[in-house]
Amino acid sequence: MAKLLIHQEKITDAKALAMICPFGAMQEKDGRLSINAGCRMCRLCEKKGPKGAIEYVEDKKAPQIDKTKWRGIAVYVDHVDGSIHPVTYELLGKAKELAGKIKQPVYALFIGSGIKHKAEELLHYGADKVYICDKSQLEYFKIEAYTSVFEEFITKIKPAAILVGATPVGRQLAPRVAARFGTGLTADCTILDIKENTDLVQIRPAFGGNIMAEILTPNTRPQMATVRYKIMDAPKWSDTATGTVHELAISDEKLKSRIQVLGVTKKPKEKTIDGADVIVVAGRGIKKKDDLKMLEELADLLGGQTASTRPLVEAGWMDPKKQIGLSGRTVRPKLIITCGVSGSVQFVAGMNHADTIFAINNDPKAAIFKTANYAVKADIYDVIPELIQKIKTGGKAL
Amino acid sequence: MKILVCIKQVPGTNKVEVDEKTGVLKRNGTDSKMNPYDLYALETGLRLKEKYGGTVSVITMGPPQAKAVLYEAFAMGADNGALITDRKFGGADVLATSRTLSQGIRRFGSFDVILCGLQTTDGDTAQVGPEVAELLDIPSVCNVQRIEKAEQGSIIVDMDMPHDIETIKAAFPCLLTVNKDICQPRLPSYLRKQQTMKKDIDIYTFSDMEDKDEEKYGLTGSPTSVQRIFPPISDKVQEHLEGTSRELAQKIYTTLKQKKFIAG
Ligand SMILES: Cc1cc2nc3c(=O)[nH]c(=O)nc-3n(C[C@H](O)[C@H](O)[C@H](O)COP(=O)(O)OP(=O)(O)OC[C@H]3O[C@@H](n4cnc5c(N)ncnc54)[C@H](O)[C@@H]3O)c2cc1C
Ligand SMILES: Nc1ncnc2c1ncn2[C@@H]1O[C@H](COP(=O)(O)O)[C@@H](O)[C@H]1O
Repeated sequence: MAKLLIHQEKITDAKALAMICPFGAMQEKDGRLSINAGCRMCRLCEKKGPKGAIEYVEDKKAPQIDKTKWRGIAVYVDHVDGSIHPVTYELLGKAKELAGKIKQPVYALFIGSGIKHKAEELLHYGADKVYICDKSQLEYFKIEAYTSVFEEFITKIKPAAILVGATPVGRQLAPRVAARFGTGLTADCTILDIKENTDLVQIRPAFGGNIMAEILTPNTRPQMATVRYKIMDAPKWSDTATGTVHELAISDEKLKSRIQVLGVTKKPKEKTIDGADVIVVAGRGIKKKDDLKMLEELADLLGGQTASTRPLVEAGWMDPKKQIGLSGRTVRPKLIITCGVSGSVQFVAGMNHADTIFAINNDPKAAIFKTANYAVKADIYDVIPELIQKIKTGGKAL
Repeated sequence: MKILVCIKQVPGTNKVEVDEKTGVLKRNGTDSKMNPYDLYALETGLRLKEKYGGTVSVITMGPPQAKAVLYEAFAMGADNGALITDRKFGGADVLATSRTLSQGIRRFGSFDVILCGLQTTDGDTAQVGPEVAELLDIPSVCNVQRIEKAEQGSIIVDMDMPHDIETIKAAFPCLLTVNKDICQPRLPSYLRKQQTMKKDIDIYTFSDMEDKDEEKYGLTGSPTSVQRIFPPISDKVQEHLEGTSRELAQKIYTTLKQKKFIAG
């Protein structure tokens, strides 16, 4: 397998070289360097260390697969009892764009029970072919049965790439499918593009830090990626629908499952930040829980809701459902005002598609200012009360 | 009930940044801890044992120093642990990690329930759990927010979905990933820590894997490959607002009004 060779004689300062590794996988002992299992082969040591000190030794070339045998971009249709999750349309829009670049078709895979009449709709969002598997055994989401249908689809259609919404269903279904085919799956992509050779360019925040990574699945097919709701733009409904609907056959044997759905309880509808047009976000610039009232007042005046960054949720000041970001919700409001938020990638990934972004932060170097349309360098404790006053009095001078 | 919990060691801080000029990753500190989401999985395992009897084992894959999380788990009440480590496993993506873990689990024993955290704070994919289940050919349920009860040969759990809660009965052996609503993790006990400090653990390397195809592990076995890393770029049209707080409030107000967020 590919490895890194260490040429100790070319190393002048082993400690300094070890420091380059972002994963702490290089250890210096008595001036000699070694690499342990923490290595993620990012090859920064090779690139940034003294010339020739670390050598990357390529494998004997693995046989290259024939990529022309895998064609088209497929989208998994996420739905609950036939009502299609809007992330599906967003992904169809993206798939259409990607497929256009390589001149290949867009497929949709629709699995469930009593869903046939909904398949038409997908054609209006750009699917060329909808494959539908409508069976009573598929009434509830049962992971093994759904994985089997997915397998059937892939084996039959051989799509080059598959996009799955990062919903609670997509997040468990996609990995099982990927593992079954021994292929790559990139979670929570925020940008997708495609190369001429059909390699999907997948970009996502990575390494739990303020870093974006570009990821390819260069030698396996199908390529798989999940994308969260509200990351891609939804295409417009078009009245021409030239695509076709096809049935995907599967034997009952393959729909057997070792899980049983005993019951479904509706959750009480709660007011979520997902659909809010205006959101005021509290970050760690908020000094105590009580100060959130000030932001609630501002949100109320603007007809919106409050939300927060993760540290405030961890402190128990905010409901976890109100956390924005990679491990929270993705929002796409018309207006968002961040108050005392530094702008880590994980947070920004959940809100950078908002139409208008105001960021209030007293640190001129805060990363959030790169994302904001309006960068307001100020102390929230000064400017917010003033703003509230202004709105209350209709802008008239006090 | 034989219970296994998959736990991972993650960096203590997430403050990693790319130096814009040199492209080098800057890291602050190298301290590590147990992935916070895995504490919930471990607590769930310990509670199952308390109620139904049996054993709680823990397993982790990582560099040699990752064994620290096994000892953390012992101090909370886990009975035994295994570390899977080998340089050949380095550079693994989700698939290669899941293969290695599933091979390690096979080697470690047979289990009724395998528990995973919802996600890690460094990999952050929430994919390893279901991939391991697939590779072990057992059913999986993700997002479990409550365990109703265990029965002869199966377990009944509540899966949290966006609009509803599904009550699911899964046959043993099965894999569950649990979310943070499930329970509050206990603190490690000092006494236990003292008692388990020198406890033996199993260590598995490449040669212990049943599947000895090197091409399936580590970087080589990873279908995905990171091409480049870069600081986030922004393409926003920007305006910097400056002035006294009164002036700023006025400017924000005017802009919001222009954009029709304020009536009148
Ligand atoms: C895998 C992973 C997933 C994550 N997921 C999420 C996620 O989903 N959502 C999320 O939010 N975070 C997430 N995080 C955490 C994230 O990295 C940051 O730690 C977090 O977003 C920082 O929150 P903050 O901006 O509120 O706090 P800080 O980073 O502490 O920033 C506070 C800011 O407030 C400013 N400030 C202080 N006082 C004032 C004042 N009086 N007036 C004006 N400005 C002031 C400061 O200059 C500073 O910029 C995740 C981390 C990891 C590793
Ligand atoms: N290296 C590892 N060793 C043990 N368990 C792991 C490892 N990586 C991931 N896991 C388990 O898989 C879950 C999801 O991880 P991830 O897919 O990285 O978000 C974690 O909460 C752990 O339970």
